[in-house]
Amino acid sequence: MENINRSTAKEKLMELVFLITAVVSILAVALICIFLFANGIPAMKEIGFLEFLTGTVWRPGNDKFGIFPMILGSIYVTGGALIIGVPVGILTSVFMARFCPAKWYKVLKPIVNLLAGIPSIVYGFFGVVVLVPFIREHFDSRGESILCAAILLGIMILPTIIGASEPAIRAVDQSYYEGALALGATHERSVFTVLLPAAKSGIFAAVVLGVGRALGETMAVVMVVGNQPRVTHNMLEGIRTLTTNIVMEMGYATDLHREALIATGVVLFVFILIINFCFSMIKRSGKE
Amino acid sequence: MDKKLKPINQMSVKDRIKSYTRHPGSFVLLLLVGIAAVITVITLLFLVGYILVNGLPYLKPSLFAWEYNSDNVSMMPAIVNTILMVFLALLFSVPFGIGAAIYLVEYAKKGNKLVGVVRLTAETLTGIPSIIYGLFGMLFFVIALGWSYSMLAGAMTLAIMVLPTVMRTTEEALLCVPLSYREGSFGLGAGKLRTIFKIVLPAAMPGILSGVILSIGRIVGETAALIYTAGTMTGMAGVMDSGRTLAIHMYVLSNEGLHKNEANATAVILLFIVLIINAVSSLLAKKLEASKA
Repeated sequence: MENINRSTAKEKLMELVFLITAVVSILAVALICIFLFANGIPAMKEIGFLEFLTGTVWRPGNDKFGIFPMILGSIYVTGGALIIGVPVGILTSVFMARFCPAKWYKVLKPIVNLLAGIPSIVYGFFGVVVLVPFIREHFDSRGESILCAAILLGIMILPTIIGASEPAIRAVDQSYYEGALALGATHERSVFTVLLPAAKSGIFAAVVLGVGRALGETMAVVMVVGNQPRVTHNMLEGIRTLTTNIVMEMGYATDLHREALIATGVVLFVFILIINFCFSMIKRSGKE
Repeated sequence: MDKKLKPINQMSVKDRIKSYTRHPGSFVLLLLVGIAAVITVITLLFLVGYILVNGLPYLKPSLFAWEYNSDNVSMMPAIVNTILMVFLALLFSVPFGIGAAIYLVEYAKKGNKLVGVVRLTAETLTGIPSIIYGLFGMLFFVIALGWSYSMLAGAMTLAIMVLPTVMRTTEEALLCVPLSYREGSFGLGAGKLRTIFKIVLPAAMPGILSGVILSIGRIVGETAALIYTAGTMTGMAGVMDSGRTLAIHMYVLSNEGLHKNEANATAVILLFIVLIINAVSSLLAKKLEASKA
């Protein structure tokens, strides 16, 4: 009897332990939110909420903290990456799911996995030694530019997009494809007019995932984007993004400057939360 | 009977050409799809090839000297630090990740509200960029807990970062274990705990391991989350000292601009690590597939 009691006590205790480990991720998100907001919001208030978000001058020495150039920079760089990465990524995943023979797939899949595994610092280095000189020589530009960051990020989001959209295309019921063939459509036409629309929520989710990756990328971007905090609409000029603003100046910033950088992180964090929310909404709507 | 059987549902090359001349739009689509795949492959081959060709010649034995100094920017201390960082981060993320997955799969009852919240937060953690983790790690571990720039602060930051990876892969692996295993174990009189540790976890091991290995890959390649948590000191670091991992070492070298070649050599080592990690994790995935069949 004693024995049984002890073992049920042990069972209960371990269930509690597992429950505690499960709560850790909730705790982590809560801590991240609390520490970021508690350190960033006061600075936003001090600078002025609108002044901070829409100010076009970032000059910490003169207490000018406007992050509009960085918001613009993040949008331009991410948009450019999407223009490059989305078509190539989706078409490649179509190829992998519906066109390539099994033998080729065995080679392609590891290649995509490898692209996903390469550290961002290696991508950044590649950008510095290959892309920047290339753009400097062929365009009227110093090399470090929006264009350069967009190309590099376009490559970096490829595996993210392929990895998420290929299973989505595969998941479409085979009968859709067969039905289209039976109606006389060619293989390509069946894939593009029947399979892709059926997989659209999965593909869209993949693109949103790519947006998140591009928006949050730091180390590769800081090496190739130039980092000038200015408003420019020229793709061949340098700009600064939200992420690079933090990583460039955090090392030596103090007082309000430091808090303004944390507030930059808060803005980025809010963007990412919105994107995450969109992602899970799309995924959920796809399931229904 | 000398004529070979010819399947009617297979097109010869001639049929195909005929079909494509009749449907030029289809041919264009075929071309586009093919070109995209070629671009993806060539990009990777060029990137890896370029790094290897330009980095391998500089991979000299002196880069693996035990001491770092300004004349010889050895990467050995950074390699040792990387190993320590991986070990420390896994020490926290693996037990918590596996424990959480066990709770979600084995204990939580259907309709448990907590499960939804845990999944949502794990998904949120997956999407947070590493620079935000870095900021949080600096604010919480470095400043609030007073650990200053240290390997431990970096490792805890990374532990939170890879926690959802370990959790999700473990969860998937646990779900793959057939219910009959558990029923058999219960039927033989084993308790829940014993069933989990002796039956379910061993069966799910390849999946769990592949998640752990994926996490190692992320830890090794991470820079943004470590610069302001573990710092960039060059020596071999103890748990409470500041130290740079291989990826940060490479960032500092390429940023200074004086040591491009050594940075390239470091990139070669990082690439090798990624290659090994990918090979091992796909091997484990195959093993999991085989055990399922």
